[in-house]
Amino acid sequence: MRTLRFLLQKEFKQVFRDPAILRIIFMMPIIQLLVLPWAADYEVKNIKLAIVDHDHSDYSRQFISKVTASGYFQLDQYTTSYNKAVEEVEKENADIVVEIPVHFEKDLVKESKAPLFMAVNAINGVKAVLGASYLQSIVQDYNNEIRQQWMQLPRFSPQTTIEITSSNWFNPLMDYKLFMVPGILVLLVTMVGSFLAALNIVKEKEVGTIEQINVTPIKKYQFILGKLIPFWVLGLLILTIGLAISLIVYGIHPAGSFLTIYAFAAVYLLVVLGLGLLISTYCNTQQQAMLISFFLMMIFILLGGLYTPIESMPQWAQWIAKFNPVSYFIEVMRRVVLKGSSLADIAPQIGIILLFAFVLNGWATWNYRKRS
Amino acid sequence: MTEQPIIYTEHLTKRFGDFTAVDAISFEVQKGEIFGFLGANGAGKTTAMRMLCGLSLPTSGKATIAGFDVYKQTEKIKQNIGYMSQKFSLYEDLTIKENIRFYAGIYGKSDAFIKDKTAQLLQQLNLEAEGDKLVGSLPLGLKQKLAFSVAVFHEPQIVFLDEPTGGVDPVTRREFWNMIYEAATAGITIFVTTHYMDEAEYCNRISIMVDGKIEALDTPAGLKETYNAATMDDVFLQLARKATRSDA
Repeated sequence: MRTLRFLLQKEFKQVFRDPAILRIIFMMPIIQLLVLPWAADYEVKNIKLAIVDHDHSDYSRQFISKVTASGYFQLDQYTTSYNKAVEEVEKENADIVVEIPVHFEKDLVKESKAPLFMAVNAINGVKAVLGASYLQSIVQDYNNEIRQQWMQLPRFSPQTTIEITSSNWFNPLMDYKLFMVPGILVLLVTMVGSFLAALNIVKEKEVGTIEQINVTPIKKYQFILGKLIPFWVLGLLILTIGLAISLIVYGIHPAGSFLTIYAFAAVYLLVVLGLGLLISTYCNTQQQAMLISFFLMMIFILLGGLYTPIESMPQWAQWIAKFNPVSYFIEVMRRVVLKGSSLADIAPQIGIILLFAFVLNGWATWNYRKRS
Repeated sequence: MTEQPIIYTEHLTKRFGDFTAVDAISFEVQKGEIFGFLGANGAGKTTAMRMLCGLSLPTSGKATIAGFDVYKQTEKIKQNIGYMSQKFSLYEDLTIKENIRFYAGIYGKSDAFIKDKTAQLLQQLNLEAEGDKLVGSLPLGLKQKLAFSVAVFHEPQIVFLDEPTGGVDPVTRREFWNMIYEAATAGITIFVTTHYMDEAEYCNRISIMVDGKIEALDTPAGLKETYNAATMDDVFLQLARKATRSDA
């Protein structure tokens, strides 16, 4: 116990004396949380539109002003030549081409129906799909308006329409920041925890101090605890900074309790640190440790459900995601923050994470040798 | 009761795959001796020393350190030895006092012991005013003296020094050896590797390793007589030239 106290004193002194680590601890969460949530917004805006109007009627103008008034579209081109519009798409100046045919107004009035043609540049898939669906709903809306204008006696209207109204549970305004901020916070805790722990131990190998430690009577578990505890505390500190930023800057009040978040994070950090420890036992230089950490982080992020839902991944990728600790924390964070899940609700995830912690730390301890 | 040798090895061997780094070495070191462990680069000195410190498991052979077996009682051995490696191994981002406190603490020394002895040590090294300076800011010679002081701070029975004076100026080397003599007078056995032949003369007995084997073991005077040489340099060159192993 006394040995551990000396180890902890040493580690904390070193951490707080290292300006680089302090910068990482304080600046990384602040910058990432202030910048990323604004950029990682799924809502597609500023879709550039090229409209080919062959009709030049009242209705076509009304339609165009309705589209541009929606706020999602920017009118880039208003032309009468379809070829010219396509050229704009090729030059990346336009994302969607809408062609209003000749007699659009006439057909609409006389025959109660008129075609519209829409061509979508699908190079950016997300933008294409969302843009097209926005535009479709605007057309639908416009259609209903016209219909209402014409109907003298709506009660006897022979045409029935089904209107779907939806309500978004847990995130009524569909605010992406509510969804992204907790996820980004998870990544922060993961990165800082595993990187710092791995680099710290590998640095002792590089400098040679670990050899000196190995000739002392320090026990393996004491050394490992001496490394894990400081970074566990730092991880919780970063989580706290992150939660404070999301509260102050984004006004995110978790629907559930902070206690639930901390309880899960406390277990989760054991996994992260175990991973860092494991990396360090396989690496001899900080460069190696850094590269391996980056490689793992890429997988963790892209298969973690932060940007894309895991459920829509192919089956094999979903299996990989099951072995990705990050995916569990992201899921838990979102549930607690948005839905207010309690400790009992996330018990299965805690169980799985505990299992990860045992496996990774056990593996790392086994692989850390005091002698060759 | 005859005194047990403090270091005892018998056919101690370490192989890495096909390569025999240390080839069946046998020797004894008595308590309080300054034992010089010489050899060219790659002769196997560091590997042998690492086995004796419990850092590396021998492939075969026997060895006991302070009466403890190197296979089964490494933790006991570690409690009783000090070690100073080729690489400087104090924490450069901790102060002199913090380094002393840390290493003494993990050997289980009491706070009172640490406090008294730290004051005493800083006085010896003329560092009373600099106890709170970061070790990284000290000149090399002073760092090496400090590393030695830390290695013997917990009053071990034996201290292993692996090329402790590499890159250090002659004046500081002299001071360093004075410290070694002091420690030996206090009853600590010194096991030291070096490439400086003048330092070899300071030792009570010397072994010279060539290609993993101990080729000669005697007092400096005895060796010079056996090899009919005027200086230790000459003795070393005669033996080291036999080496077939290249620099490893």
